Amino acid sequence: MTLGRLRRLEEAVAPTRLSTTLESLRPRTFLEFYGVAVIVVIVAAIAAAPLIAPDPLAQDLTSSLAGSSAEHWLGTDNLGRDLWARILYGGRVSVVIGVFVLLTAGAVGVLYGAVSGYAGGMVDAVMMRIVDIFLSFPSIMLALLISAALGPTIRNVIIAIAAAWWPVYARLIRGQVIVVKEREFVTASRALGAGPMRNLLLTVLPNSFGVMKTIFVLDIGYAILAGSTLGFLGLGVSAPTPEWGYMIREALQYPTHWWFILSPGLALMLFVSAINFAGGIVTRSVHEDPGR
Amino acid sequence: MSAGSHDAKALVEVEDLRVWFPTRRAPTAERRGYIKAVDGVAFTVRQGETLGLVGESGCGKTTTARAILKLLEPTEGRIMFDGVDLSTVSGRDLRLLRRRMQPVFQDPFASLNPKRTVARIVAEPLAIHRQGTRAQRRERVAELLDTVGLPPDAAGRFPHAFSGGQRQRIAIARAMALRPDLIVADEPVSSLDVSIRAQILNLMSDLQQEFRLTYVVIAHDLALVRQVTDRVAVMYLGNIVELRSTEDLYRRPLHPYTVALLSAVPIPDTEAEATRQRIVLEGDVPSPADPPSGCRFHTRCWLRRKLDNPDICSGETPPLTPIEDGGGAVACHFPDEVRTSSERRETLVTIGSR
Repeated sequence: MTLGRLRRLEEAVAPTRLSTTLESLRPRTFLEFYGVAVIVVIVAAIAAAPLIAPDPLAQDLTSSLAGSSAEHWLGTDNLGRDLWARILYGGRVSVVIGVFVLLTAGAVGVLYGAVSGYAGGMVDAVMMRIVDIFLSFPSIMLALLISAALGPTIRNVIIAIAAAWWPVYARLIRGQVIVVKEREFVTASRALGAGPMRNLLLTVLPNSFGVMKTIFVLDIGYAILAGSTLGFLGLGVSAPTPEWGYMIREALQYPTHWWFILSPGLALMLFVSAINFAGGIVTRSVHEDPGR
Repeated sequence: MSAGSHDAKALVEVEDLRVWFPTRRAPTAERRGYIKAVDGVAFTVRQGETLGLVGESGCGKTTTARAILKLLEPTEGRIMFDGVDLSTVSGRDLRLLRRRMQPVFQDPFASLNPKRTVARIVAEPLAIHRQGTRAQRRERVAELLDTVGLPPDAAGRFPHAFSGGQRQRIAIARAMALRPDLIVADEPVSSLDVSIRAQILNLMSDLQQEFRLTYVVIAHDLALVRQVTDRVAVMYLGNIVELRSTEDLYRRPLHPYTVALLSAVPIPDTEAEATRQRIVLEGDVPSPADPPSGCRFHTRCWLRRKLDNPDICSGETPPLTPIEDGGGAVACHFPDEVRTSSERRETLVTIGSR
């Protein structure tokens, strides 16, 4: 092989997959930058909460419903607890709910939908009718019922929301699996001797996540919102633990003390909208993926 | 490619293969509908030879290939691979058999998993069949990439970084990984750039000689078939109409359909190309759900028209009959009339087969 041919070959091959993926995940528009920046700031603040905020549970009834001061940056609630601290610690609850709901609902939904779509026929029909039953309830209703039955802990809130959400992912993945399993490289893999398990897990599934990825990121925001909704309705995380939804509920009784309701409301809005803006990056990256 | 000697033993024997796809489910047999993609096909693939399957789209050549690879179950009939009936093997035995026969598909943009590196794609057969350690596999991948003419650093890249021809080399490397006996190639070059086709065919030919491979090659391009095959089966609507050695097929075709196909082969001389007489087949290929009675080709046959539509053509199915002088077989009621026809003579002169 001549040197010239070697060089041409080198030029012909594109950069590796990882570097292209990282490149496509860089924010490009203003809103994407904004979204990423807000998420980074919020997550950093939440992580550093013990360093930059006082005890969120310490009550001081002598200074309840106080406005902003050097001691209490965002003022205090009806029991005199520091709102800044409660917002930060409440954010921890939100992030935990958001991430774990997605992991749980995602894992269950993907597995269920993948098996259903790959099996096809009667198995698929029966499995999808079960999904239809779940989807026929409004998801927040279902989450409320489950949460009410299980009791108000973070774990149960995650279970409740995940139980209401997995059918959406199941159906989504099933549709993708049905398309992908007919592609030729799957047939090729079968002809090479791969069994159904190997084929589904290593060949079909990795090529079925495209649409799911974009929805997944946006859904972290909606899971946080759903967690707060349960809290707001009094069926979320139980009382002393700070949680944004429940804080809004408490603040409703004190409409004249606007900072009380504004802090958790604003935190929720900022965080969820930032996730939405940043989610655009993933959508674009999936579209640009040459191997999708 | 290398000529399989005539007494070489049979690697694949296909006996009365039928593959029907249901189109309408019904409780009674009369009301059920089927696409008869392959409807009574029999042939043998000898060790070391290259057998071509040619015909128009929808004639059943791909279905036949998939049945040989046991990607489809025959509705009827039997496929023997090295003496073993494919319909009887399953589980471990099937996995062992699959090691010996490997596919190469038409579209290398579709047949390689886009989410895996070339190293993992080429090593996949080794991983599936638990061959060797990780390090041994890596070594084997490097060896295979070298065999098919790809640079060693291709291993770490993904399929989208390669051109069609390079991708087909990757697919061939994958097919070669387990040192199979048989490679079934479904239109291996038809999706490639014309300038690349010869390279891939040469590669396949080199590999055949080096590793004593047997090929079943599907194609619709007769010029290409002539270049690479030892024997050719011409298919029409799920049947084999002519099965001959490549030289016989091109110099002494005996089926009206084969003659018609040959008369459509492009020729490099533009003047001759412009003035040549083609045998134009009337109408479309009939539906395989409801094939014509008798000889399936009779609705479009130029010879039948010339002979004033004899009843036997639409009344009786011509069996694939061995040809008296020389090898091969043809399924036509009037092979002698084909032999003496002016159409055949003109076609052979035009394409330079004489």
